[in-house]
Amino acid sequence: MSDILSLTAVELAKAIKAGTYTAVDAMQAVLDQIDQTESTVHAYVTIDREKALAKAAQAQKKIESGELTGPLAGVPFAIKDNMCTEGMLTTCSSKILSNFVPTFSSEAVLNLEKAGAVIIGKTNMDEFAMGSTTETSYYGVTRNPRNTEHVPGGSSGGSAAAVAANECFAALGSDTGGSIRQPASYCGVVGLKPTYGTVSRYGLIAYGSSLDQIGPLCKDVTDCATILETIASHDPKDSTSMKREDTNFTEALVQDVKGLKIGIPKSYFGEGLQEDVKKAVLAVADKLKELGAEVEEFDLQHVKYAIPTYYTIADAEASSNLERFDGVKYGYRAQDAEELHRMYKKSRSEGFGPEVKRRIMLGSFVLSSGYYDAYYLKALRVKALIKKSFDDAFAKYDIILGPVAPTTAPKLGCSLSNPMQMYLGDIYTISVNLAGLPGISVPCGVDAKGLPIGVQLIGDCFAEKKLIRAAYTYEQAAKEVQ
Amino acid sequence: MANVISDETIEYVGILAKLDLSDDEKEQAKKDLEEMLDYIDELSELDTTGVEPMSHVFPVNNVFREDVVVNGDDSDNILKNAPEEKDNMFLVPKTFD
Repeated sequence: MSDILSLTAVELAKAIKAGTYTAVDAMQAVLDQIDQTESTVHAYVTIDREKALAKAAQAQKKIESGELTGPLAGVPFAIKDNMCTEGMLTTCSSKILSNFVPTFSSEAVLNLEKAGAVIIGKTNMDEFAMGSTTETSYYGVTRNPRNTEHVPGGSSGGSAAAVAANECFAALGSDTGGSIRQPASYCGVVGLKPTYGTVSRYGLIAYGSSLDQIGPLCKDVTDCATILETIASHDPKDSTSMKREDTNFTEALVQDVKGLKIGIPKSYFGEGLQEDVKKAVLAVADKLKELGAEVEEFDLQHVKYAIPTYYTIADAEASSNLERFDGVKYGYRAQDAEELHRMYKKSRSEGFGPEVKRRIMLGSFVLSSGYYDAYYLKALRVKALIKKSFDDAFAKYDIILGPVAPTTAPKLGCSLSNPMQMYLGDIYTISVNLAGLPGISVPCGVDAKGLPIGVQLIGDCFAEKKLIRAAYTYEQAAKEVQ
Repeated sequence: MANVISDETIEYVGILAKLDLSDDEKEQAKKDLEEMLDYIDELSELDTTGVEPMSHVFPVNNVFREDVVVNGDDSDNILKNAPEEKDNMFLVPKTFD
């Protein structure tokens, strides 16, 4: 039974269809694994064993009757705790939502469930997805399964850790400034942030609405393409959802990069990049070149402005989005506040953690009258310049290749004391969100301490297929070497 | 150019943010805001004259749909999440005397 856990999500669904295992076997194997490792890793905020096993049994029946035939039927999934799940606690890893049980499920989760995937539970994250280490969670830290002294990354750290620890077969995360790609890189799994608007945000508790996208964290590129194909949909309930005709992403699982033009931004390999990371990432470029891609260095403009632009826009949107947490309709309400306005303030002050308050304060400031033009509108103008820089790059290249993060996973407890330093770690991932682009993180080796390294491939809007083709080609070639 | 955040500004932002900060939190918030604003000020190096603010990366606007109820009445379940409720309504502390 132990080798069932070594299967990918797609392999597992095939094995279930073939009758080698049942969906219940798969769920039981995952729950047994959780019994072994969860006390150390702490990837989950909520696990609903009974419901998971009951739903797995239902899925098995539907698979046997031929009602469910898709490539993810019967596969146990973990969901980041900022996606609403009907009847299952959804906390955003915050005290303020410690008792919130949604009455509906987010569209991405529904799409997975329609395909026969079975939800195990909800994964830990940085509070309201604000952080890069999963250490700002109200419910305690998650540890990196590859080395438990280190963080799993964030904010989708629980999802990445659950996949890496075999506590699920695949997971959903969300990415506002790198929150899927960076934990995927730190935990040695595959993670993809789709083009803005590809996956419905309906039911995703908003952080920075113009930047947030849901995407997969999983064991390999095939799972990644399959999950993306399943969750992508045009949803009238999300007005930023795009109508795409080209969501048959698994068609791009082809080993061929001949003639693919890959650009390497010189500034992504400068000061502050860990030597091991640099070497491993450049080795991927060499490999792709050997396989027929054309690789060249270039100057990507405006890179250094991405972080201040991002934190202005994301925090402005967050301060507005998080106004809804007021202790009236759901969530935490402070006791003994005698007047309505006092109750709002007290509930929010007791319910939010320090990082969330920090971002709400900055966001409120940059939106306040007198500063709105100088900060918020300025950032939106620079965003346009950053988008233009990428447009110029994609006029010449199919893909941009670089690191996901400047270092491998830091040790637990080292990041939060200096938020500014932590924000700087987002340098390679956040401009992708500002420009609405797709980006994938693929494992490409380990550093001297054995910690995973990820390579990031960035595509033009709607060019996920190119990313998947290049990532798949690299992954298969790397397998042959082993 | 170093930004200086006054006590009054922190009070004002606290009101906008609907947050009650302790004295220690206020001092920390001042420091954090000053540090972030110094950093954000780097953007002023860039000449953005004539550049339109970009709120959405794709040229889509005015996305409409018919305003029809599709999810039915779920008030019983919704009220289960309410900190306090009375007669099928959300109950809040008094708003005025």
